[in-house]
Amino acid sequence: MSTVHDRSDDSDHPVSDPVLEVRDLAITFASDAGPVRAVDGVSLSVGRGEVLAVVGESGSGKTVTAKSVLGLLPQTATSSGVIMLSGRDGGRADDVVRVSRNRLRQLRGTDAAMVFQEPSTALNPVFTVGWQIAEGLRAHASGRLSRSEARARAVDILGRVGIPDPHRRVDHYPHQFSGGQKQRIVIAMALVLDPGLIIADEPTTALDVTVQAEILDLLRRCRDEFGASILLITHNLGVVADLADRVAVMYQGRVVEQADAVTLFAHPQEEYTQRLLAAVPSVGQGGERARVRAGERAERAERAAAAGETTPSGPVISATDLRIQYPGRLGRPGFLAVDGVSFTVGPGEVLGLVGESGSGKTTIARAVAGLTAVTGGSLRVLGTELNGARERALRPHRRDLGFVFQDPASSFNPQLTIAEAVAEPLIIHGGGRHLAAARARVDEMLEAVQLPASYGDRFPHELSGGQRQRASLARALVLRPRLLIADEPTSALDVSVQARVLELFTELQRELGFAALFISHDLAVVDLLSDRIAVLHRGRLVEEGTGEQILGAPEHPYTRRLLASLPVPDPQLQAQRRAEFRALSD
Amino acid sequence: MSTTALTEETVPAVTPTSRSAGGGLGRYLVVRFLLIIPTVFILVTLVFLLGRTTGDPITAALGGRLPPAELAARVRAAGYDRPLLVQYGDYLSHLLRGDFGTTISDNRPVTQVLTTYGSATLELTVYALVVALVIGIPLGMVAGYLRDRWPDAVLRVFAILCYATPVFFAGLLLKLVFSTWLGILPVSGRASTSTELTLQLLPNRTGIYLIDAISSGDADAVPDVLRHAVLPAVALGLLTAGIFLRLVRTNIIGTLGMDYVDAARSRGVGELRLVRKHAYRPALIPIITVMGLQIALMLGGAVLTETTFEWRGLGFQLVEYLQARDFVAVQGIVVLLAVIVAVTNFVVDVIAALIDPRIRY
Amino acid sequence: MSAETATPGVAPGDGTNALRRRPRFSWRRLPVVRQLRESVGVQRVMLVIGVVITAVFVLVAVFAPVIAPYGYAQLSDARGAFPTQQAPGGDHLLGTTVGGYDVFSRVIWGTQTALEVIVVAVLLSIFVGIALGLVSGYLGGWLDRVLVVVCDAVYAFPTLLLAIVMSIVISGGQSSKWGGIFAAAISITVVYIPQYFRVIRAETTRIKSEAFVEAAKVIGAPTSRIIGVHVFRNATRTLPLIFTLNSSEAILTLAGLGFLGFGIEPTAASEWGYDLNKSIADVTSGIWWTAIWPGLAIVLIVLGITLIGESLNDLADPRLRRRARVRDGATR
Repeated sequence: MSTVHDRSDDSDHPVSDPVLEVRDLAITFASDAGPVRAVDGVSLSVGRGEVLAVVGESGSGKTVTAKSVLGLLPQTATSSGVIMLSGRDGGRADDVVRVSRNRLRQLRGTDAAMVFQEPSTALNPVFTVGWQIAEGLRAHASGRLSRSEARARAVDILGRVGIPDPHRRVDHYPHQFSGGQKQRIVIAMALVLDPGLIIADEPTTALDVTVQAEILDLLRRCRDEFGASILLITHNLGVVADLADRVAVMYQGRVVEQADAVTLFAHPQEEYTQRLLAAVPSVGQGGERARVRAGERAERAERAAAAGETTPSGPVISATDLRIQYPGRLGRPGFLAVDGVSFTVGPGEVLGLVGESGSGKTTIARAVAGLTAVTGGSLRVLGTELNGARERALRPHRRDLGFVFQDPASSFNPQLTIAEAVAEPLIIHGGGRHLAAARARVDEMLEAVQLPASYGDRFPHELSGGQRQRASLARALVLRPRLLIADEPTSALDVSVQARVLELFTELQRELGFAALFISHDLAVVDLLSDRIAVLHRGRLVEEGTGEQILGAPEHPYTRRLLASLPVPDPQLQAQRRAEFRALSD
Repeated sequence: MSTTALTEETVPAVTPTSRSAGGGLGRYLVVRFLLIIPTVFILVTLVFLLGRTTGDPITAALGGRLPPAELAARVRAAGYDRPLLVQYGDYLSHLLRGDFGTTISDNRPVTQVLTTYGSATLELTVYALVVALVIGIPLGMVAGYLRDRWPDAVLRVFAILCYATPVFFAGLLLKLVFSTWLGILPVSGRASTSTELTLQLLPNRTGIYLIDAISSGDADAVPDVLRHAVLPAVALGLLTAGIFLRLVRTNIIGTLGMDYVDAARSRGVGELRLVRKHAYRPALIPIITVMGLQIALMLGGAVLTETTFEWRGLGFQLVEYLQARDFVAVQGIVVLLAVIVAVTNFVVDVIAALIDPRIRY
Repeated sequence: MSAETATPGVAPGDGTNALRRRPRFSWRRLPVVRQLRESVGVQRVMLVIGVVITAVFVLVAVFAPVIAPYGYAQLSDARGAFPTQQAPGGDHLLGTTVGGYDVFSRVIWGTQTALEVIVVAVLLSIFVGIALGLVSGYLGGWLDRVLVVVCDAVYAFPTLLLAIVMSIVISGGQSSKWGGIFAAAISITVVYIPQYFRVIRAETTRIKSEAFVEAAKVIGAPTSRIIGVHVFRNATRTLPLIFTLNSSEAILTLAGLGFLGFGIEPTAASEWGYDLNKSIADVTSGIWWTAIWPGLAIVLIVLGITLIGESLNDLADPRLRRRARVRDGATR
């Protein structure tokens, strides 16, 4: 690996007496298209009490590397190289690639333990958490471990990872815990065996940002109080800055750069690392952009007035005391997803809706698009009242409304080509009876979202996630709507791809001047695009204002917490913010 | 005779009714219990209407054998000349009071037919179920764990052969080999004539021969009854065993691929335990649900098995009544089978709910 | 930033590749053919065996008049009446039955009956089942609820019993060749409509909540277009699978009907279930050839079709799908 810039030490092995040392690891998978090399000559090492973050985008091979350390790869994988794993107290080191099945079983859990990405699937739903914790203990007990002893240790470890009332909770089943608690339990299962190394594979990706901050704190305690080393696998540079001592950047199966965290963030050497860091949206860039947009909007309005065009005035969306309740089952009370929310979006204005899971943000987006029924208050969209409106009444207004869905994988009919999908609004609203007639406009639109016109003949599965999301923008904008709703359009994308899609969004918005409701869980993304930001929490709108107001001087305690829990890609700054977050949590 | 299980074997592990907490189980059970009513009602209606499309039961059964005048008199006496809707209402109200009517061909109360022959069918089905479970579940776990290796390939072909073979052909083959050629097992019937006589004289007969034989105290009766049961039980059991094998295999493969199995593996839990505990227990919920649906298949198979082995149960009797076009008797038997199927499915869903902590709590 | 990677095999941004217009139809995308190309190892062997058996079955059915030495109802030839219960060999390759029929000829002619019943039954149930499933699943409401309860009730009931009752209703139990075939086919149809209905409805309700259907709704597509363009084409992708499964069930149900004496008369067409029924007594007296051959014919055909069905099922289910292992490098 001649391209690796390893500046933490001059020698080949930067860490003396490592817990884990990976040398020249290569892993190949069998696939429909023939063998695919997922990991290609990776060398890494994790020292005692150290947190090494392996960071990379999807397909970089970081998760495969992590799983290979515990020999958890599927049968279709073949690996070569050396993975030396040594116990907590030094002692004997084993090469996981070549070790016997029995020895591998002994290593698992004691020498290295794993924390998974999705806590709800990493826990077996039909066994109590206490049983599952005790099972690991029994698997490694040298003698017989009594039931009460195993239980006592389970209760103890649950308490130490911050599960309240562990004596009672030890007998509960996984579904009785919240997402953050489940991840604590998964960590407890790893810690109870006192492993030398904890491999945390995207441990916070499935969690809300405020919960993420708590779990990161817990992982830090794993190192400080339990003395475990951590191999942290993540795509989130903010998480890296928060937790890591050293960082290895992976790209297409190789480690392209390795350095200690402070150095890497301050002076990235490799071009890929630099691009990656530049692509991360950070809070506070939005104010300037919003002012520019406001100026342009005024200009556009003047031009239109001068040209004598009569553009419909009044807000594009106006919600007053909006309430949306999902019906309950079998006469039970329903779930109130949106509870008395009021906001407006003016012509050409971008409102960012931000909130965590369960805040009601997606419900509002769906209601505006007429996909979910409004059950109380008033919601006027493009001049039509949606409360009590019938499907048929909404149809004429749909040509003025575009929608971009969160998951680019499922928002296209797999049986239609991209051109057919983009042409569908034209065909339905009379822009052309057939695809051939609409094709010119479709090609023009694909051009506008920077996709070659020839991509129109492809099927959705032949495009990457980012390309599909751009095609989705093309479909939403092909009728030049006055309002665009974007529901987490970039949350399924890698950070560099996200940056491109966001940039495209900004450009198109400037060009076409549509109003937009932009929904995201990421404050930084919302800040980048929005004129105003509304913060939702448990179905209520807690704060609304310009980006500068919300991010610069948040008033509501929830907004403050949300802001403080967002990790920034700068280790020193992040350490400060961490202190702030702790102060808010107490 | 159905490979129904193939298309619908992975029922989602959580029933939607279970989502919200608090009193969930009780409410679920009540709703699930109430669902029995429309199921039975629809089948009763369906069979009633189908039976009447060929005319009234008396003409269907006796038409041509009696002079027209006498036939008409009997039709009138039985009330079959009234409007269909009135007859239907009448039939339902009788059913609710437990009155299934009287057979036309041999003039017996249908309830008596049901109680006499029902126990034989119950006995056969239970034996077959035991065979199916003992063969199907362990082999399915082995096949699932060793997927795509040679034992799995052999077991899968075995499973397919099990349900590709019509149960009556399997029965004929077994008879040919074990009765005719080897001569070690009886050809047909539920017991030899002497045992039948002994059991007939018993004061408190259950109709379940194994229990009766034990209570008779006759040392020869028990092995005799068991020897007669082997071939029918294996013939009917193998069919279901093939389906269970495949069902367990698919679900075990599904759960073996879950994160929690990998998570347990990463804690150092052994492979055998991973299959036996972590993969098997969650897989059990859909397995049990689908097994419940197989009860209908087993009853259909029982009709064929009973005919093959002259096992005098409900199925055997049903075919005789069908051949005699005795729709009163057919209706009675079909209604009983419908109730059994509906109640079994309810019980199975309750068991599945009790195993699944997400429904229990 | 080239971090966007598409599905393997299509290189994004590759100009020459992108210019190529994709053909709208290719035989390679046909069901079964596509799976034959995708499958590997044991799965491929199973699929190939299934396809071969089924193909032979269809060929035998088509060329039955050429292959069979005698007619299905033939009891004598120029040299006089056939002997009864004659052991295999001589003029009668597989022997004769108690009624004096030639076993080999009846087995061969039986393929025709089986094929005819499969085609009629499966076509009928596909059309009715799909239409009901699509409409019911997409529109929901009370119609959906009623249909679901009815179909669930019928589904939970022993299929063979319903088929018997249906066949008595339709034909009075026994009848001419086409009368018998239609009676059997319609009985099987009625019994299996709930299955098609359930599968298609489940697919429809799943697809209904997919983002691409919601996208069409937001665009303002009328319901007929959503069902026709978006739901139908995606919901029916599992059809080849159900088709194979229900074909084998149709054969088994037909044989069951025949075995119990509610099928097709021996003079109208050759039907294996009937022959098996007549062989019950033979078996006790050691006459094996009247039972073995028609029984084996049923087993073989159901085996062939089921092998195809299972392979399609495995290949459609990502959990069961298997890929070959790469053999290079070191252990594990």
